[in-house]
Amino acid sequence: MTDAAIELQDLQVAYTVRGVDRRVLRGVSFSIGQGESYGLVGESGCGKTTAAFAIMRYLPRNAKTLHGSIRLNGEDMLGMSGGSVRRLHATTLSMVYQNPASALNPSIRVGPQLTEVFGLLGVNGEHALHQSEAMLHKVQISDPKRVMRRYPHQLSGGMQQRVVIAMALAKNPTLLILDEPTTGLDATVEAEVLDLIAALREEFGTTVLFISHNLAVIAKMCERVGVLYAGRLVEEGAAQEVFHDPRHPYTVGLLRCIPRGGVRKDETALDTIPGFLPRLGADLPGCVFEPRCGLAKEVCREQEPDLFPLGHGRASRCHFHDRAHELPRVAPARLPAAQPVTGNPLLEVGNGSKTFKQEGQDVRALVDVSLVVRPGEVLGLVGESGSGKTTLARVLLGLSAPDEGSRLEMDGEPLAGKVEKRSKEQVRSLQIVFQNPDGALNRRHSVRRIVGRALEKLLGLSGRERDARAVELAESVRFDQALMGAKPAQLSGGLKQRVAIARAFAGEPRIVLCDEPTSALDVSVQAAILNLLVELQTQKGVSYIFISHDLGVVRYISDRIAVMYLGRLQEVGDAETVFGGPHHPYTEALLSAVPNLEGEERTRIRLEGEIPSATNPPSGCVFHTRCPRFLGEICVQEEPPLAEVEPGHLMRCHIPVEELRRLQADASAAAQAKTTT
Amino acid sequence: MTTIDDQAAPIAIPIRPDETKVERHERFRLLVRSPTFLIGCVLAGIWVVCAIFGNLIAPHDPVAPDILSKFEPPSGQHLFGTDKLGQDVLSRVILGARAVLVVAPLATILGTVLGTTIGLVTGYYRGFVDEAIMRVVDAILAIPLIITALLAITAVGPSQKTVILVIGFVFTPIIAKTVRAAVLGEAQLEYVQAARLRNERGYYVMFAEILPNVTGPIIVEFTVRLGYAIFTVATLAFLGFAADPSIPDWGQDISAHYQSINAGYWWPVLFPSLAIATLIVGINLIADSIAHLFER
Repeated sequence: MTDAAIELQDLQVAYTVRGVDRRVLRGVSFSIGQGESYGLVGESGCGKTTAAFAIMRYLPRNAKTLHGSIRLNGEDMLGMSGGSVRRLHATTLSMVYQNPASALNPSIRVGPQLTEVFGLLGVNGEHALHQSEAMLHKVQISDPKRVMRRYPHQLSGGMQQRVVIAMALAKNPTLLILDEPTTGLDATVEAEVLDLIAALREEFGTTVLFISHNLAVIAKMCERVGVLYAGRLVEEGAAQEVFHDPRHPYTVGLLRCIPRGGVRKDETALDTIPGFLPRLGADLPGCVFEPRCGLAKEVCREQEPDLFPLGHGRASRCHFHDRAHELPRVAPARLPAAQPVTGNPLLEVGNGSKTFKQEGQDVRALVDVSLVVRPGEVLGLVGESGSGKTTLARVLLGLSAPDEGSRLEMDGEPLAGKVEKRSKEQVRSLQIVFQNPDGALNRRHSVRRIVGRALEKLLGLSGRERDARAVELAESVRFDQALMGAKPAQLSGGLKQRVAIARAFAGEPRIVLCDEPTSALDVSVQAAILNLLVELQTQKGVSYIFISHDLGVVRYISDRIAVMYLGRLQEVGDAETVFGGPHHPYTEALLSAVPNLEGEERTRIRLEGEIPSATNPPSGCVFHTRCPRFLGEICVQEEPPLAEVEPGHLMRCHIPVEELRRLQADASAAAQAKTTT
Repeated sequence: MTTIDDQAAPIAIPIRPDETKVERHERFRLLVRSPTFLIGCVLAGIWVVCAIFGNLIAPHDPVAPDILSKFEPPSGQHLFGTDKLGQDVLSRVILGARAVLVVAPLATILGTVLGTTIGLVTGYYRGFVDEAIMRVVDAILAIPLIITALLAITAVGPSQKTVILVIGFVFTPIIAKTVRAAVLGEAQLEYVQAARLRNERGYYVMFAEILPNVTGPIIVEFTVRLGYAIFTVATLAFLGFAADPSIPDWGQDISAHYQSINAGYWWPVLFPSLAIATLIVGINLIADSIAHLFER
């Protein structure tokens, strides 16, 4: 293939960690044709970013290229001198990183940073200025002059990423590498950035290497895809084909882990991939996936399979690629799911507000939130970042006291604003599983101590009784008790989260808050944790308040959903009602922003701009500045009440529910027509 | 519940139960292989041996004046020569290690313990107490360390105990600041909130939860401070505030002889100075390599 824009041949890269060489890429070969968009997927630690850095010749100091070649437009990159590499960076190679905030120099205004790129191309002065403005226009920044005078920190994450993309495209590169460009962004902003990238690619015809752990994003953005596992390309082919008819057990497993197509916990259990990614640089004589593969046979252990060509540019590195879809399930097909008990509210918030003081200004993070949690139900809490989800959780837990006038009740008894003032019974009834298990577990304490201490303080157990209980708890979260003496650093992300869950359940709580409990985890681990949470709920009859930005996950696990925007509830109702429609216009926008694996075209509603600042919220309906179904003056003047539009379905919108139903049915019919033609 | 027991355990492979040990082992190997660390250990080690076994090593009695042989240049008899009282400089240098190596570590330990406590309290509780204590700390830090120490010693009167106390107290605010910064970062982490959510008391959160996680910066700060403590002890002795004027002391010896340099008697000054220099360089090399290790 001489017409390839970039070609990797058997690339092997190792990192020297604490004096030992550890192989990260174990021979990766792929090529991307001119103007093609190629996706690289895989869980964290599989070598995606290392591959990108190798192409950029940006590998960290402790990395070594052991073997292989990288050819850019037929030119050997590994043999290039530093000067030639710099020239390439200035003219033909661009990369966009995951975190735009650290990709921009915080002490230089956006303008000079952007014109510098043109300067490297020999365009200076007025010309550079004009071209910079034009470039910002192209990335859909409506007021380039103003943005160019700003410092990066004065821009929102989505804006920063646009600026970075503008800089990357300024030189009209032959190859653009996008490394998880939307991972840190909200779904609504992600949708915009992805649209933008797609549009720009059409305009410039750039070759793109798109790296993501999110299969749906890759399915949306890429023509071809390579699945990377443990530094080996295990499957390759056209994106749609790979995702619809995977031929490697790893790909099959990955796809089964994702809650999609609106599945719910009472319908199917998610499947998981057992075991763990091999250690960095581990010695793997056979197939890299063999230790975790349900189809593995003797031959897989002894002999590494070739990348078998399957025709039409597809290939799979599996001895049994024709049987990949027969991969046995690890999790049972169904889990018994708890039925929510109707009864007296377990937890109630009335007019819950929380105002922070920030540089003399009031930031109203939570405004008049009234919610109930019933015994045995899962209440999903969704909204963009900054919508007040976490603030609500912290108020409920008593970690930050609500404003005066807020009412918190548990079983009808008032609940103090500060956890220190709550009764022992109340404290143990309300526990949390945090987002990031690394921060949530003390790195210096053993699992036994972490769980044991919770049992001591919450249940008053000690000695042998406590130890026995700790083992029981570990068993109930499927944590191998042989690892009770381990410290968190020795455990994988999923195991750490299991320990955190065990701790949350130590005091026999009645409500467990789950604050994005799976968003720091890879999909295969996410599935296992979600299954576990469903199981524990059935077993112990607890209620969950489940916070997540991943609507697929929320839909899977929740019985009821509350949608928040700028600290206010916008919609509350049964999960199926909220997802099925009619939706609040904000919910509608959130739903349409999520890319899906099915490739079906949904009604495309794009929210314009960013979530407004809570210091200075818009008048009237706070959503009116971004609302796709903006009515007129009434939305600006008057805040609609949170009214019950159907039994059990509350919505804060001036548009009558029947009207919404009609509008949304029309829109989805139109979208359907568009996909079929 | 049968449905649950039937399910294949997701943990198929026990995972790296030896990871921490391996990591610790690798770190340790890296440390002992680092030339910086080795040189530091050799330099500091020499003086530690001198401090402990000085009596056995010293060729002469360090406090035996010999009026007949004063200011003798280095020779086979007196390798480092003799001082103005005719005492053997080599023996005084060897035994002088003891004065420094008793006072400096004790003072540093005192400062570290106090500083760590203050750092934990201010960093965890924040608020008014934090503001108040940190302003006092800033005020103390604004005055040159040696002047604070001098004033304090003049007020109390010099003795080994006061020198230890004074240097310890003077170091406290510096260490408190470092520890506080580390605690601020830790206190943001969710495990601290998790502790609040099971009604843990403040002292437990500070000492059992946070403290073990900030030992890295504390160890680094301790080694760095140790170097400064040695320097301070020597400086105080030079200025006439030796912890115990009756025993050999490098700073004191330099002070007693530096005016004789003009007369050509350089050896009673050079050798104690070299002793101070090598010890501090040794400690700093160790501090550097430890800090480097915690950085990765």
